[in-house]
Amino acid sequence: MSKRHISAVVNGDPVEFLTEPGRTLLDALRDDLGLTGSKEGCGTGDCGACSVIVDGRLVCSCLMLAEEAEGRRVETIEGLAEGGALHPLQQKFLEHAALQCGFCTPGVLVAAKALLDSNPDPTESETRYWLAGNLCRCTGYDKIIRAVMDAAADLRQARV
Amino acid sequence: MPHVVAADSSLHPFTDGLSEFDVEADTVRRLIAALDRRFPGLGEHIDRRMAIAIDGEIHQDAGAVPLSPESEVYLIPRIGGG
Amino acid sequence: MTDVLERPDNQAALKVVGTRPVRPDGADKVTGRATFGADFSLPGMLVGKIKRSPHAHARIVSIDTRKARALPGVKAVVTAADFPDLASEEYEAGESASNLRDLSLNCMARGKALYDGHAVAAVAATSSAVADEALDLIVVTYDVLPHVIDVEAAMAPDAPLLDETLFTEGLETRPQAPSNIAKRNQLTRGDLDAGFAAADVIVVGRYTTAAVHQGYIEPHACLAVYASDGQCQVWSSSQGQFMVRTYCAKVLGLEASDIRVIPAEIGGGFGGKTTVYLEPLALALSRQSGAPVKMVMTREEVFRATGPTSGAVIEVKLGAKTDGTLTAADVVLKYQAGAFAGSPVGAGSMTALACYDVPNFLITGYDVITNSPKVAAYRAPGAPIAAFGVESAMDELAAKLGVDPIALREKNAVRDGVKAAYGPTFRNIGYIETLEAIRDHPHYQAPLGPHQGRGVAVGFWFNVGGESTAAVHVGEDGTAVVVTGNPDIGGSRASMAMMAAEVLGLPIEKVRPIVADTASIGFSMLTGGSRTTFATGMAVTQAAQKIVADLRRRAASLWDVSEDQVAWLDGAAVCLDHTKPDLQPLNLAALAAKAATTGGPITAQVSLNAQGAGPGFGVHVCDVEVDPETGNVTVLRYTAAQDVGKAIHPAYVEGQIQGGAAQGIGWALNEAYLFDRDGRMENAGFLDYRVPVASDLPMIDTIMIEVANPRHPFGAKGVGEVPIVPPLAAVANAVSHAIGIRMRSLPLSPPAIRAAIDAG
Repeated sequence: MSKRHISAVVNGDPVEFLTEPGRTLLDALRDDLGLTGSKEGCGTGDCGACSVIVDGRLVCSCLMLAEEAEGRRVETIEGLAEGGALHPLQQKFLEHAALQCGFCTPGVLVAAKALLDSNPDPTESETRYWLAGNLCRCTGYDKIIRAVMDAAADLRQARV
Repeated sequence: MPHVVAADSSLHPFTDGLSEFDVEADTVRRLIAALDRRFPGLGEHIDRRMAIAIDGEIHQDAGAVPLSPESEVYLIPRIGGG
Repeated sequence: MTDVLERPDNQAALKVVGTRPVRPDGADKVTGRATFGADFSLPGMLVGKIKRSPHAHARIVSIDTRKARALPGVKAVVTAADFPDLASEEYEAGESASNLRDLSLNCMARGKALYDGHAVAAVAATSSAVADEALDLIVVTYDVLPHVIDVEAAMAPDAPLLDETLFTEGLETRPQAPSNIAKRNQLTRGDLDAGFAAADVIVVGRYTTAAVHQGYIEPHACLAVYASDGQCQVWSSSQGQFMVRTYCAKVLGLEASDIRVIPAEIGGGFGGKTTVYLEPLALALSRQSGAPVKMVMTREEVFRATGPTSGAVIEVKLGAKTDGTLTAADVVLKYQAGAFAGSPVGAGSMTALACYDVPNFLITGYDVITNSPKVAAYRAPGAPIAAFGVESAMDELAAKLGVDPIALREKNAVRDGVKAAYGPTFRNIGYIETLEAIRDHPHYQAPLGPHQGRGVAVGFWFNVGGESTAAVHVGEDGTAVVVTGNPDIGGSRASMAMMAAEVLGLPIEKVRPIVADTASIGFSMLTGGSRTTFATGMAVTQAAQKIVADLRRRAASLWDVSEDQVAWLDGAAVCLDHTKPDLQPLNLAALAAKAATTGGPITAQVSLNAQGAGPGFGVHVCDVEVDPETGNVTVLRYTAAQDVGKAIHPAYVEGQIQGGAAQGIGWALNEAYLFDRDGRMENAGFLDYRVPVASDLPMIDTIMIEVANPRHPFGAKGVGEVPIVPPLAAVANAVSHAIGIRMRSLPLSPPAIRAAIDAG
């Protein structure tokens, strides 16, 4: 089978790549586009380490075919910072020590961004349930939740 | 004379079930050599498999550590963490 | 929320140690730039994959690889025939000795497949799809044998035998027949019968736990190159690059200096990455193909073929006086080892009663091989299981006596000067303080509502020291680089930089830590056993102290005074000679600028074998609510106190406590290996192997007790492992109180709780 030609916008930049049919978006991002920030933790959509945002919607890129990205806008962890400036979520994660090994962190950050894009003032419970699809084995989630809610407060402040 | 306790049952085949003895030695290395002379094969077993607690402090490789006449020495299995 | 309770005789004001700077590798980790095991690539790289036994126990009659080799795109195929047939030999490369033959056979089966998922062959091909096709073309003929997985079933005299040459070690008389019981160990004190005879109250319980996986989110991954001149490079995420080098050398019959292992960032280990599975195979495939080979496990492979920890049976009998004083304890531990001997039952035996001053006891441990993956270390290996049994029994005893559970622990607590159950006398421990911290915490007095229960449990872990090397190099501008050989699994590199910065008198931003490969730093024992901040921190501190001594010498030379007239204060050399008031302090930058004329580059390295690691104690209290209709357990509140010695970077110490507690909660409530009747794991994925998610847990409050370890320059004790020891019983005790029924089998899943409620 011949490869498919895909055109998409990734982190604001137009990209083109060739992919075998049946390849996941995660593999295309990591191996064809060199964006290794998104991780494979399980390959079955259960851990959230591969989280990306497609046309504004939070998605497990291991559950999406690369071909399905045709014509779509994809945001990955690599696009979260603007130029050299960290996003408030990234900054708060560092201040709160909300990461230990750091493997789940890209997925958690992308999922948290999707949360705050849709709900700028989440309660602790809303935050926990939104992030229930992102497994972390190191932190017990405490500092992650604190960091996300603190970033949410900062972002609300900035809008005022 | 340092007092040695071999609490772990893996040592008993070497010591015929004895688990406490007084050994004349002023360093751990000399202590192990003395034990090996008394119970052949015990020295190698200690080097490979055991940690040594001297007056409460655990050493995994204690060769040169000095012993005083009142030292309490325990032979315990090496500990592996995760 | 965190409280830090300090002893009044703490050390003088520290400027860096004890603060909470942003970690030096932080920017890379939050932007996705950090490179983990699967993130490396090389030109011409092949994909390596493994063919695995679908049978839990089988003789391998033949392996036919011809069709696989002939498939276009396949560049290498290996089986056991491509590895040396190692003799049985104990070798220490991890933290405790491993049997090299067992390790080698676990990486690649020889003669027999011993668990579903056991590797029997491997291929390297130009793409994932071709590799998969090649695996399907390998024809393996098996003679399927009966299998056994349950630990007591494996101990039974008529159990199917995994190894006909295995005879139980540690029995009084050498057995006549082989057995799946690899070893029995015993720890005794006093007179057990007399102890029980003196008891007013006796409690007996049989407790069981299921096998659970460390559950790191990053699957095992490596990239290996075996060049034509025999020199190898391996990028791998592991808990120890030197361990990887040693095991690859042994398993393949290579020399250590021919293998350079570069540590990738590691996405969780918890002990599960203190061994190798892929690296020797990737090197063998690279040798055959002449190309780099990348191997990454799927999540299913991680579950089916990498070490969980033991499932176990714990039998506890306790005797006590009516005032709560323990008179006797009899503990029997039966632990699964998986396919090869080596469960952590020894450590389980040594820690089972470590928190208690009991005059008479007998602790018996059995190491039992089973047709399941070879167990690997999991955070305080062996201790959580034993603690589950003992702490549950203590809770039952407290109820029977009508005594507060913490008061019962205080009554029998070990303290400085008491002999530990495993032998030596305790010194500089903070156990009593840790008990008091929970006893006096508002959580312990908070009221409970309907269907709610509170559980308390304590835990102990030794922590280890071991060999570490550290180097400190000062740049021409007076900034410093700290080099160690310990992968950073919990934020330790920040602590390394902090300790060096403290000694050098530099702000933390001017001290950058790196984790170096096996060719660039002296030997270091792997990261594990809660040893890095203690042992590697000690090496870092001593290296920094050597630098300071060197800087004083250089300043003395520049000033033409004697060295004893030079002190190092706040990052600068200061002249103490009052007759020379014109001599201004020389800071690191000033001295570095003059390095060439004062002896050359400013650098120091220290190698040591750190002794005197301080043990840690933890006390946890947990509140749960049980839904009587569904059996679902909600953890409402969790507080964990721990004796940490000295929190170098408090946020990462809190993180260790919270993370360990979360793993323990998962172990108690939901996690288990479930096998079907053919011995295949039914839940080899994160959907059905249910680890705690964010919505399962409340905030986890931590209390750090700082009773300094005098052997560490800053008083640090290991902290990473203790926190997983108490939660199993803390949760089980809470659930038992919530429903009024004693729960003795983990996990406490909703069906299990419903069944207990239904049975009345």
